[in-house]
Amino acid sequence: MTATDVTSGAQVAQQRRRAARRQIEARVGLYVAAILAAVLAAGPFLWATITMFKQDPDLYTRANNPFIFNRSPTYEHVQYLFSDTTFTTFLWNTVWVGLLVVVITLAVGLPAAYSLARLDMPWGGPLGIAIFFVYLIPPSLLFISLSRIVVEAGLQDSTWSLVLIYPTITIPVSVWLLMGFLKSIPRDVEEQAMVDGYSRVGAFVRTVIPLAFPGIVAVVVFTFTLSAQEFIYALSFVSPSAAKPISTGVPTELIRGDVFFWQSLQAATVIVAVTIAFAFNLFLGRIISGFTMGAVKG
Amino acid sequence: VATLVRNRPRTAGARRLPLADREGLLAPLFLLPAVVYIFALVAVPFVLAIAFSFSDVTAGNPSFDWAGLDNYRAIFDDPVFWRSLRNTVLITTITMALILVLGKVLAMILLADFRGKWLVRFLILLPWTTPVSLAAVSWLWLLDSIFSPIDWVLREVGLLDTNVHWLGKSNLAMGSVIAVQAWRLIPLAAVIMMAGLVSIPRDIEDAARVDGAGFWRRYFEVTLPLTLPVMAVAALFGAILTFTDMAVVYVLTRGGPTNSTQVLASWAFFRGIEGGDLAQGAAVALFMFPVLLAAAIAILRAVRRMEVT
Repeated sequence: MTATDVTSGAQVAQQRRRAARRQIEARVGLYVAAILAAVLAAGPFLWATITMFKQDPDLYTRANNPFIFNRSPTYEHVQYLFSDTTFTTFLWNTVWVGLLVVVITLAVGLPAAYSLARLDMPWGGPLGIAIFFVYLIPPSLLFISLSRIVVEAGLQDSTWSLVLIYPTITIPVSVWLLMGFLKSIPRDVEEQAMVDGYSRVGAFVRTVIPLAFPGIVAVVVFTFTLSAQEFIYALSFVSPSAAKPISTGVPTELIRGDVFFWQSLQAATVIVAVTIAFAFNLFLGRIISGFTMGAVKG
Repeated sequence: VATLVRNRPRTAGARRLPLADREGLLAPLFLLPAVVYIFALVAVPFVLAIAFSFSDVTAGNPSFDWAGLDNYRAIFDDPVFWRSLRNTVLITTITMALILVLGKVLAMILLADFRGKWLVRFLILLPWTTPVSLAAVSWLWLLDSIFSPIDWVLREVGLLDTNVHWLGKSNLAMGSVIAVQAWRLIPLAAVIMMAGLVSIPRDIEDAARVDGAGFWRRYFEVTLPLTLPVMAVAALFGAILTFTDMAVVYVLTRGGPTNSTQVLASWAFFRGIEGGDLAQGAAVALFMFPVLLAAAIAILRAVRRMEVT
């Protein structure tokens, strides 16, 4: 290195400058691409964010530049959303349905995942694959016959129908994810616990679950988001306004006849979108690793 | 208590072990609730859907009477069904192509290191994490027939005199639906590809380079076969989610103008739930099944190939 510096310092300096410029160009290209992608992805929400604070005369004047506040921004429509619409009811419905679905999913899914990941069974392999297939069966294939089952169960127009049905979506994914997390815990840990005097179940409850806790938290977030996102079941089973979750309540109830409460509608989308995306981003890495680990035989 | 149980010599015979230790029994017992749940609320409704499609069940008259192929005959005579089938295939195909190309680009952006990455990642993932129906509401406003900001920009630039009416003309409405589907699923595809690309060991490519393989040979014989399964999984997941979605169409166009953007899932909903004709709705929905099965098998095969590498 020093030798070249001595012999042709100028040449090296030129090369270095060229390399540096190329690197800067690559960096600039990357930033441009990243910003462009972010703006395209978030575009509708950015527009929604501007909209939610606009006054009516500003919003509904076609000649106005839509991207700036031609009149001073107002908080009025966001307030209206919370005080004069059923939005808070939708929100509450989504929250309690989501929490109950999480509880059911974990109660059913954790033992199943443990059984598939650790306990030897003649049908273990095919069952794991079967669960994967169930995950790929979409609600739009089942909603019509399920709507009959919901009626027979006496849950028509009740939010409880969603508590009953949503685990069919969340259990398969969660079992798959949990299998991945459980496989990543070394077997020695439980074996040690069993040597120390715990039963198999005891070892599972006292050592495996605490160790898999970060994974379980990721599954909780994922399960909750899935149940908040679901649309077609909620649309088919629940029609009274007060029983709807946000996914169907916002698009159907905040529009009266032909009157769209645009600012309030957009406020609702932005609030929900940002909250869910925030939770999701915190656990994204873990959710991804769960999916990939689930595919690995262990 | 557990200690006492354990202190009993293990060799005393497997039969005398307490329940909490009998693995042969525990394994199926642990699995049972999940299997029962899935069987009762996925397998049974699936069979029921098939049965419905050969019956005359309606929401008003749920008694089951055999109707043979009547529903299928009625569906085949309905031009809206054929339109829905065509639309579903068209939307899925174009979305899948967009996902493959742009998902890869997005995955590479997400894998790179730069300042403010957390914010960029947050914004990029918004379309996928937001409930579809709410995302569609924000698009509904973006594509508004009078106040669309896209129209405003086009007017300012001088390309437009009045309004485009994005959702009011059948071709534009189809384009809008495709745009929203691609927009919401590209981030998911990018995340899947990202996970897959990270797990591919770099040393295989390096080894090929050392062995003297040129760029193209390396690309076609090493890189492509290694990345192909991941790309396939991402594209197929996107395809399934597009193929079976009705929220976008329902919120954006309600299948209009005059049923020109109807897809199988939305048509099944309008027939089966809003129209109350459960039998016909079930028959329409079942047309999605063969494609789904093929996609699921393809995904499984791709995942298997990823395991091997």
